Amino acid sequence: MLDKRLVIVIGHYGSGKTEFSVNYAVKMKEIFENVNIADLDIVNPYFRSREKRDFFEKIGIKVFDSSIKNTAVDIPALPAQLMGVILNPNEKSVLDVGGDPVGARVLARYSEQIKNVEYDMFFVINGNRPETNTAEGALKYLRMIEATSRLKVTGLINNTHMLKDTSAADVEFGHELTKKVSWETDIPIRYEAVIKETAEKIKNEEILEKLFPINLYMREEWMS
Amino acid sequence: MAKVLMKGNEAVGAAAIKAGCKYFFGYPITPSSEIPEYMSKALPEAGGVFLQAESEVAAINMVYGAGGAGARCMTASSSPGISLKQEGITYAAGAEVPCVIVNMMRGGPGLGSIQPGQADYYQSTRGGGNGDYRTLCYAPASIQEIVDYVILAFDKADYYRNPVLIAADGMIGQMMEAVEFKESAHTDLPPKDWATVGTGGKRKPNIINSVYLEAETLQAHNKNLENKFKMMEEKEVLYEAFGLEDAEVVLVAYGTTSRIVKTAIKQAEKKGIKVGMVRPITIWPFPYDVFKTIGSSAKGVLAVEMSQGQIMDDVKIAVEGRQPVYFNGTQGGMVPTPASILADIEKIAGGTK
Repeated sequence: MLDKRLVIVIGHYGSGKTEFSVNYAVKMKEIFENVNIADLDIVNPYFRSREKRDFFEKIGIKVFDSSIKNTAVDIPALPAQLMGVILNPNEKSVLDVGGDPVGARVLARYSEQIKNVEYDMFFVINGNRPETNTAEGALKYLRMIEATSRLKVTGLINNTHMLKDTSAADVEFGHELTKKVSWETDIPIRYEAVIKETAEKIKNEEILEKLFPINLYMREEWMS
Repeated sequence: MAKVLMKGNEAVGAAAIKAGCKYFFGYPITPSSEIPEYMSKALPEAGGVFLQAESEVAAINMVYGAGGAGARCMTASSSPGISLKQEGITYAAGAEVPCVIVNMMRGGPGLGSIQPGQADYYQSTRGGGNGDYRTLCYAPASIQEIVDYVILAFDKADYYRNPVLIAADGMIGQMMEAVEFKESAHTDLPPKDWATVGTGGKRKPNIINSVYLEAETLQAHNKNLENKFKMMEEKEVLYEAFGLEDAEVVLVAYGTTSRIVKTAIKQAEKKGIKVGMVRPITIWPFPYDVFKTIGSSAKGVLAVEMSQGQIMDDVKIAVEGRQPVYFNGTQGGMVPTPASILADIEKIAGGTK
């Protein structure tokens, strides 16, 4: 396992951070006994990982979210246990952070503690989002979020998709885009996240090497 | 233009700018806050003005002013915020000011919740303000549809010189989907020779007002408005319908709920039940006439809405007693499940209900 114990997931909003985080936590549970997912999304009122609390608890993943126990409030309250999630060396933890610099602001409060532990911060890129469909656009968000969070991105995630209609061409486009961002920043591509149906159609060796097949846990059956 | 992924609220802003909207006035409220957020960045870039008003009441009156000066303008909010705008909307209807108002509906009444709702149906279709007026109201079911109907709404507002509403549930605002922005087909719109843009010393001042103190004058004005509303009823009805001729059960739903209903319909078809559907795209004017094509095999009409059943009044008017009518609803921000709808379809088809 290359990744550090603490994995922080950030990105432009709407990039698919939550879907990646959820899939990542499930994957980690296959390897580690103690896995936590902390939902730090103070930006979105809907579609937050806390909505999947029952699912996580059934498979033994601990969920931490707002200290106000209600999925239907958008009050930026964080639980006191979060410090434990960040510092406990015996637990694998995923921090699912809200989008954009405004979402990443919650990290700044913990940045001094996070800097003292081994962490990875993954920047999720969806090349089909208008604001991050160029390397310049993606870089702008990467830099802004680094500045706000006072932490450094350590890996890039190509998560370029069109929901259930994602084609291999979408993934290829995102891969080339993420490569450019990697070239500019010297930050390696860590994963190529692709829904399972499309993952089977990928031929590009570079993508296959880092392929991270995902399920759409957050999309209801009636959604596209 | 190629497809991109957008959140519904962002797409509303992008569509409005595409339609030539130059002014946005609003006050943020969940689940529609990304509309002003998007507009605050994108509208100045497009040569327009974004203004965060001190309140919803102020915002709608700014729209009244900008619309009265002939500019394409918009405001957006969610249920309690739209309630605050009702006075401004009836004034705009009375003074014949074109404007577009987007409502990302949430749970109510009162402050309610931030979760999705459809309980502003009465307010949207019956008019929440005073007086005899109507507003065209589109109820999109996807991000692509909200883009298309926001663009169309600007044309219709100008054509009829009347406010146009978009009533979407919060889910549409918050959901991310693929969209493309097509070139809008501007209908031949009359020049805005009524707008308050300065006389240039060449004509009498234009006045934007909704006060007519003489009873006869007001009645004549109201008759003119009535003619416009009748024309909308005649020309602007939009709906999607399928399987009505030989359906055992006919479903009625709009917005997000219609998509959940479609999932339930597919499940019912696997069980051998024939289900038809009417999806109103305009909830005012309501597609009454299409209900006449429901065949004799229909055992009932089932409407689904995130409310106590506000749509049922229109369903009953449309059905005219030909079939029994049923309702399946959720409230407070709960979203209906395909399973509960399927259970109702089975009950109606089996004749046990």
